[in-house]
Amino acid sequence: MKIGVLALQGAVTEHMKAIKACGAQSIAVKQGEQLKELDGLLLPGGESTAMRRLIDYAQMLPALTEFAKNKPVFGTCAGLILLAETVEGEEAHIGQMRMTARRNAFGRQVDSFETELAIEGVSDSFPAVFIRAPKIAAVENGVEVLATHEGDIVCAKDRHLLACSFHPELTGDRSLMKYFIEKMCSKQTVN
Amino acid sequence: MSILTGSDVVKRGMALMQKGGVIMDVVNAEQAKIAEAAGAVAVMALERVPSDIRAAGGVARMADPRIVEEVMNAVSIPVMAKARIGHIVEARVLEAMGVDYIDESEVLTPADEEFHLLKSQYTVPFVCGCRDLGEAARRIGEGAAMLRTKGEPGTGNIVEAVRHLRKVNAQVRAVVAMNEDELMTEAKNLGAPYEVLLAIKREGRLPVVNFAAGGVATPADAALMMELGADGVFVGSGIFKAENPEKFARSIVQATTHYQDYELIADVSKQIGTPMKGIEIRQLAQGERMQERGW
Repeated sequence: MKIGVLALQGAVTEHMKAIKACGAQSIAVKQGEQLKELDGLLLPGGESTAMRRLIDYAQMLPALTEFAKNKPVFGTCAGLILLAETVEGEEAHIGQMRMTARRNAFGRQVDSFETELAIEGVSDSFPAVFIRAPKIAAVENGVEVLATHEGDIVCAKDRHLLACSFHPELTGDRSLMKYFIEKMCSKQTVN
Repeated sequence: MSILTGSDVVKRGMALMQKGGVIMDVVNAEQAKIAEAAGAVAVMALERVPSDIRAAGGVARMADPRIVEEVMNAVSIPVMAKARIGHIVEARVLEAMGVDYIDESEVLTPADEEFHLLKSQYTVPFVCGCRDLGEAARRIGEGAAMLRTKGEPGTGNIVEAVRHLRKVNAQVRAVVAMNEDELMTEAKNLGAPYEVLLAIKREGRLPVVNFAAGGVATPADAALMMELGADGVFVGSGIFKAENPEKFARSIVQATTHYQDYELIADVSKQIGTPMKGIEIRQLAQGERMQERGW
């Protein structure tokens, strides 16, 4: 199985390591054509504003949007913002996941934190690292909420799309990545 | 569930999110917006860029909090700010203001000529400059969550940044290749904490992100530092001292991401105007070399 990581900026190597640890092949994606060979795609943590600019420079937005319409995509932190259909205060980016994202919802870097979360179908105590993290302010009907933190939605699944506010790539716990690869990419969900 | 702030994971993780990106020096909201629009991953809020600090002379201090605040209000990307080496209160003030990262920087006039900040005691993460692995490891030992080469700030001359990055990386490779029973003597020789060398040996790399800084003036300079193994690039005077800062900023961002796509680098280097005027390092008197600051 080939899982791509959007490799324009951010925690790319950490995600690639996690994908390999789950037994899949990981590919650094810097151009739109590379998407064709993939079974799934990771949108890594990083700075979403910078990542969007780099997507535009590389003219990748149409290809990414097309991919996200029917292929599995997992967005973490900045990737969550890129995937959201609505982003508060700005225009949407890839915009295929039926939810509203709120940028920097937990404050600035001094408020960044580590905690443990229960993620439905994945883990009872998942180590979650939140760094200037966004949250999911609202989801539409049919979107499954997989985890909340103090009432805020921080992980959700919409058909073939998965998103979380935190950084699974920063800890050794591979269960969420495994869930994405084994449950979502191997089925090749197509609408 | 317990909630932990200011941990190594959170502080070092923040720097990981900056990887592959460009951090730009800015002195006001307008420049910060230009940097953000160009694709900077963070901005460094300053009163003057390093080349102007050189020109002005005198004592260089933490920026006026109004400038830092103005920049924080202008952009949604992270905002960094510089404190003088060893200036506990400047660092605490910047932390209290909520800046996302503090640079304990040799670009400012040091407040302490013997001791650096004990950075592990702060919730806010720190970046520090280094010229070799001993210096890098001492800063990590004090709690720095990110490193950068010192280079020679404000010169637009890449030679010192190249020297420092090559040196650190060669020394990291040597540590990784050593047997564990050789590390204590290496720690003594480098003036490095043993525990940091042990972590490098076991992880096969520095435990924190290492950016290039101090002399990046062109898209090709930025790509060169990435080629040599930098995790990202700081550009100080290089952007807003260039003839066309918008174009320069956009080009440096693209060259950093696609640092091995030479056709692209050629393309983005066209018609961007004149880079900042550089300074030959040998023309700097010993006292003008900022890289000597730090212990």
